[in-house]
Amino acid sequence: MTANGWAQIAVFSIILLAITKPVGRYLVRVYDGSFHWLAPVERLVYRWGGIDPTDEQHWTRYAASLLIFSGVSCLVTYVVLRLQGHLPLNPEHLPGVVDRQAFETAASFTTNTNWQSYSGETTMSYLSQMTQLAFHNFASAAVGVAAAVALVRGIARESGGRIGNFYVDLVRGTLYLFIPFSIVLALLFVQQGAIQNFHPYVHAATLEGATQTLPMGPVASQEAIKQLGTNGGGFFNANSAHPFENPTPWSNLLQMLAIFIIPAGLTWFLGYMVKKQRHGWAVWAAMFLLFLGGAATAYWAEARGNPIHAARGVDVVASATNPGGNMEGKEVRFGIASTALFATVTTDASCGAVNGMHDSFTPIGGLVPMVNMQLGELVFGGVGSGLYAMIVEIVLAVFIAGLMVGRTPEYVGKKIESREIRVVMVYILVYAFVVLTFAAVATVLPAGLAGLNNTGPHGFSEILYSFSSTVANNGSAFAGLTGTTYFYNTMFGFATLFGRFAMMVPALALAGFLAERRTAPESAGTFPVTTPLFTALLVSVILIVTALTFFPALALGPIVEHFLMHAGTLY
Amino acid sequence: MLRNQLRPAIVITALLIVITGLIYPGIVTAIAQLVFPAQANGSLVAANGQTVGSSLIGQSFSQPYYFHPRPSAAGSGYVGDSSSGTNKGPTDRKLADTLIAQAVDSAVKNEGAEKGHIPSDMVTSSASGLDPEISPANAALQVARVARARSVPPERVQALVAAHTEGRQLGFLGEPRVNVLELNLALDSVVAPPKADHK
Repeated sequence: MTANGWAQIAVFSIILLAITKPVGRYLVRVYDGSFHWLAPVERLVYRWGGIDPTDEQHWTRYAASLLIFSGVSCLVTYVVLRLQGHLPLNPEHLPGVVDRQAFETAASFTTNTNWQSYSGETTMSYLSQMTQLAFHNFASAAVGVAAAVALVRGIARESGGRIGNFYVDLVRGTLYLFIPFSIVLALLFVQQGAIQNFHPYVHAATLEGATQTLPMGPVASQEAIKQLGTNGGGFFNANSAHPFENPTPWSNLLQMLAIFIIPAGLTWFLGYMVKKQRHGWAVWAAMFLLFLGGAATAYWAEARGNPIHAARGVDVVASATNPGGNMEGKEVRFGIASTALFATVTTDASCGAVNGMHDSFTPIGGLVPMVNMQLGELVFGGVGSGLYAMIVEIVLAVFIAGLMVGRTPEYVGKKIESREIRVVMVYILVYAFVVLTFAAVATVLPAGLAGLNNTGPHGFSEILYSFSSTVANNGSAFAGLTGTTYFYNTMFGFATLFGRFAMMVPALALAGFLAERRTAPESAGTFPVTTPLFTALLVSVILIVTALTFFPALALGPIVEHFLMHAGTLY
Repeated sequence: MLRNQLRPAIVITALLIVITGLIYPGIVTAIAQLVFPAQANGSLVAANGQTVGSSLIGQSFSQPYYFHPRPSAAGSGYVGDSSSGTNKGPTDRKLADTLIAQAVDSAVKNEGAEKGHIPSDMVTSSASGLDPEISPANAALQVARVARARSVPPERVQALVAAHTEGRQLGFLGEPRVNVLELNLALDSVVAPPKADHK
């Protein structure tokens, strides 16, 4: 570890703190309707769609709109991917995507997961990349924020279960939040060297007389929304490790910030909406502590390097000229610190972009991203999904605090009773149940084992990581796992759908239930949600729930591999 | 109920595809091509009138008179449209005993490196398989071989390496690095490569 490495983590943290409030303020104005500068476009969309923007939906109708929109857009993508060979904007003449992969990709992008079992440069035409994948990057992000905003409204309001209009939230989020932010970010990426064109691939004659094919395409525009929308699906196979996607350390810092700014801003939005700004900051602090723990652990593990490789002659001690540590699967321009930090950020949020190969991380370095996803993608988390995941844990935390002091638990004035706790438990159990069941099935079936690129505990880690990622809608991978089989394409497709909708609907139900309740004034027995004590309780509840659920599985994968690595065992 | 819900779902899907899938990338492409055309088109590098590669994408070099990039898992090595890492884990036998061990042996044999003092980037594959850069320590180890192959004093090669070493961005971001293609092009322009084994 170097002072410079820690400085990079510190600077990232300070910028994150500084932009939380401005972004939060902006979010308030997007979702309360105060922005008007695209009013003509908005009006046109509502008129053609037959939408009454003043129509407040009950949570059941809000959820139905969300599900139907997601279903329709998923189906459109499946059809376009299948037919891409017959469609325009395909200079490389790529054929239609096979059925299983088209299903998985459509499900994966609709659910904000962006798990990729394909290599973009040899599978997807420019048309598919832009009008389907990038469209879902916008839409799924806007859907996620809409669900979170609806939940916050449910907490803040007494409205008989009405929580806003899904289509208005979707359209306003896309027009006022994601598009303008993406245009600015995309141009910053191009300035650093990310490509943005519609040219056919370039064939270069290398200095040693060979021919090298350089892939082209509208990359920067996709890159911007990939990070801002915590989507993570790369244009190319190597994702943000590809120099055309993420050319410099500066573009890398911008990418990491882009992943976190909206989820961080949403904590301020929460505080503003419930009129307890310090509550928003208490939630921010809980997220930040979990982030910092992960980043420090991953950086420590990767900087220490691999003793097996050191024994073969590699100098793992960093110096002014040698990056040291574990550089397998990392880029020289990023080095150890920027790669460990990126891995933490991308898995804290449900982004899943990678700038290094997590499969080649040391066991503890790889454990951090895995645990981050298993926490439930709430450390800042996915855009929107991070906040509603965190609110679910907050409700659980105040419930437990209520039990401890023997009073009816309440959260910012709303009583928490059995039906709220029931949907909270559904939310928490769905994730654990689907991850562990699917991973167990893949571990015992020959079709599951056939896809492994590593054996021994690391092979199990590949499976556990893949389902932790797809159900959490993250989309990063221990990428050695070959996912292009009927077994994995199908399993992953369903895993992403469960992880998105079987969790988002309970979150919206919670919104509706809370919106039906009256707001009671605080009393002496109210557990304060603005204090460091609350932050500590929240962090503890999250860690305990995750540890109880996943420790046995983690022990069989990365934890045992850590000890085997130090004993010099190879597979 | 369902009919009422289907219309907005279909219309909004169609409109958002147009707005986010065509208009948005169109705007970005137009501005990018106008303001940053070199970057937007791939930071291509030309020599003697033809495109020899991109300064952002690594390419294979195996001749002794060129600096060599890191090992690559992109296809057979630096295949431009096959970006990939090895994805081999920390306890993988092939990674430790074949990929890394062979690269170490070659560094010892060709560069006179000392086991235990081999820069970590020199014998490991990058994440993209297209890493255009190497660490300054890696470049320093190769100076003697390149100078010998070109029959020039090592100081001249060393000076070129120093001129092509880029520090951390803004003084603290990322790691110091040397762009291999740019360095080799500079070498060629200063000292012509030996004629005999040039194509």
